[in-house]
Amino acid sequence: MSVILVFLLVIAGFAGWWLSHQRLTAKPWLEQGLAGDFVGFDRSALPTAKIGLGVFLAVVGCLFSLFTSAYFMRMGLPDWQPLPLPRLLWLNTGVLVLSSVALQCAVVAARKGQVDNVRLGLATAGFTTLAFLVGQLMAWWQLTGDGYLLASNPANSFFYLITGMHGLHILGGLVGLGRTSIGAWNGARPERLRLSVELCAMYWHFLLFVWLCIFALLAGWAATFIDICQRLMT
Amino acid sequence: MVDVTPADAVPPAEVGEVELYHPHSWWTKYVFSQDAKVIAVQYSATATAIGLVALVLSWLMRLQLGFPGTFDFITPEAYYQFITMHGMIMVIYLLTALFLGGFGNYLIPLMVGARDMVFPYVNMLSYWIYLLAVLVLVSSFFAPGGPTGAGWTLYPPQAIMSGTPGGQDWGIILMLSSLILFIVGFTMGGLNYVVTVLQGRTRGMTLMRLPLTVWGIFTATVMALLAFPALFVACVMMLLDRVLGTSFFMPAIVEMGEQLQHNGGSPILFQHLFWFFGHPEVYIVALPAFGIVSDLISTHARKNIFGYRMMVWAIIAIGALSFVVWAHHMYVSGMNPYFGFFFATTTLIIAVPTAIKVYNWVLTLWRGDIHLTIPMLFALAFIVTFVNGGLTGLFLGNVVVDVPLSDTMFVVAHFHMVMGVAPILVIFGAIYHWYPKVTGRMLDETLGRFHFWVTFVGAYLIFFPMHYLGLMGVPRRYAELTDMTIMTESARHLNSFISIMAFIVGFAQMVFLFNLIWSIRHGREAGGNPWRATTLEWQTPQTPPAHGNFGKELPIVYRWAYDYSVPGAKEDCIPQNVPGDFAPSREPA
Repeated sequence: MSVILVFLLVIAGFAGWWLSHQRLTAKPWLEQGLAGDFVGFDRSALPTAKIGLGVFLAVVGCLFSLFTSAYFMRMGLPDWQPLPLPRLLWLNTGVLVLSSVALQCAVVAARKGQVDNVRLGLATAGFTTLAFLVGQLMAWWQLTGDGYLLASNPANSFFYLITGMHGLHILGGLVGLGRTSIGAWNGARPERLRLSVELCAMYWHFLLFVWLCIFALLAGWAATFIDICQRLMT
Repeated sequence: MVDVTPADAVPPAEVGEVELYHPHSWWTKYVFSQDAKVIAVQYSATATAIGLVALVLSWLMRLQLGFPGTFDFITPEAYYQFITMHGMIMVIYLLTALFLGGFGNYLIPLMVGARDMVFPYVNMLSYWIYLLAVLVLVSSFFAPGGPTGAGWTLYPPQAIMSGTPGGQDWGIILMLSSLILFIVGFTMGGLNYVVTVLQGRTRGMTLMRLPLTVWGIFTATVMALLAFPALFVACVMMLLDRVLGTSFFMPAIVEMGEQLQHNGGSPILFQHLFWFFGHPEVYIVALPAFGIVSDLISTHARKNIFGYRMMVWAIIAIGALSFVVWAHHMYVSGMNPYFGFFFATTTLIIAVPTAIKVYNWVLTLWRGDIHLTIPMLFALAFIVTFVNGGLTGLFLGNVVVDVPLSDTMFVVAHFHMVMGVAPILVIFGAIYHWYPKVTGRMLDETLGRFHFWVTFVGAYLIFFPMHYLGLMGVPRRYAELTDMTIMTESARHLNSFISIMAFIVGFAQMVFLFNLIWSIRHGREAGGNPWRATTLEWQTPQTPPAHGNFGKELPIVYRWAYDYSVPGAKEDCIPQNVPGDFAPSREPA
């Protein structure tokens, strides 16, 4: 359970940092009125939707940390046989990076108010993301073709489970991307479009980060890394 | 030292008003409503309805335990199903849904001075997914093989084997699916509760001016958002074990002389995931109760809450600590004794902030102008019950005491006192307190007092004797123990007595339900602020609050939520939105 505890420590760090800026040592029974120094404490200047997405991504991060924790605990048992990762996954990773880059370009374009470039960025991101999902399905197909079935070994089970979960999250993101694209083509208000594109980019970057962690985990590098850390500690 | 600012002539809020969704038809106003107040009532009604099912299940269990062998239709399998569904419904579908979905939705926007939740559409989806989860759960009663009988902890491997009711039928599949749906729905609602507290606060409502109710619900929601994924992961993995034959949790196992296809899985892994959710869950239920009870005590004792800052810090400390105590549920799982030592220590440490809260409640009462209204009676009953259940928690938190007491009725008595009876007493108190705001009418006083005394005394008569049964060694989870030497004649009599009390207390809840429905039409008119309370929900221009909560302009907050009996003030309560300084020389209580 150490992975999830480390993740929660990070969250706790954020929460502590935020709380430390909230005058938790105030003595509210002595303070009446709208003193000027409270005004900054009313709410964050960030758009509410971004904070909402941030909280949601913390929950998603928690979910994948728990899968990782379970992965490491199950891995220690004797019947574990790691499966060879299809090389296709490298290509998929590249495609996902591409879609993240495309969305970042869309963000830049939206900030400059270049609607055409926003559309280009959104379309590129949409297609590369679909290509990623197809690529993941092909990787599954290759593995099952080679006899690495879901139930035949826990390593296989975790591979399908975690990549599947990640794929589902990408699929959910595509719904948001689709709505943003509809807005981009139907002439949504510029500030609204900018916010939607920024939200999409934030989600995509996070899911790319999650994918890189998963990739490292499934390829076994994460285990090696932790092993080295443990040796250094003892 | 005193920070006093002339507070007249404050400009209206600079922050632009959020666009509010306006319903167009009866359907969007009352059924597919995006108004948090309607969603709150929907959540509460659904939770109460499924809670009644759990109440009936507990009666059936008590019929069997009190009068073993008398009722043929309660087979051991049926008994396990009753126990499982009773526990799961009460903990998740009633308590979590009612505190966060019900009270959270109603009180957060009103108390922080917002027009609605920040994402109303997602909030509406949250309720409908919750309803779907409840329907899936209920459908398992009608599925072939009936609901699962795995115990509310659903431990593998037994949960998905044919010896357990529902293990190889639909029961466990529906249970796990329902939990997954619940978590998805809850996450949607939870995002709203958290972000509304962060971003929806009106002008002047700093974090340290929030009523403790909001602090409790807010912290509990943050915890739930981080803890429920663990249950989600456990459910998904067990569902795969059951449906697709993977071996996440299932070891190699022989069932009825036949080797199953599972191999090498770890049941302990499930226990870790389950309790990583399961222990924070206790505080997810307790923290809103802590918050609400603080407000009830302060309002009905006409006195500011003692140690507000300490109360806030204690809530945060409990929230953080509750994530590092989970393995105290697993002392008997054969884990490393050093882990047991670590978790026993954290468990005992968490008693410190909890005790601070109890002291502060008592000190709030000290020399207060205590009005023994029904909400106050329930709040007082909560304090004693919680102290009671908390003290047995100190017993069970110690490894050496827990090991012999594990799986006895002592544990049943402990957790019913601390997270069954205590939070439910707060729910009752809160309903008597806020019902006038929701409906505009008071609940009937006589029926309410009857309900309180029967529930409070009755609950003690039910759960106190269970401690003795547990100390005698009577195990939990057994449908019938008549022939065992542990079950002396006095123990059997005690069991029958507990059962009879359970029926009486259950009956008192019917009186309460009648009161809830009858008073909507026939209750005394309440007016806008019957308890003369300070928080913003009592200052709305209409009662019940209209769509958008606060008339044309949002209230501006000038003070904390506990200005009761301020020396020198004309009224004994100064609402949060009243400007001006009444007592600049006041010292902290």
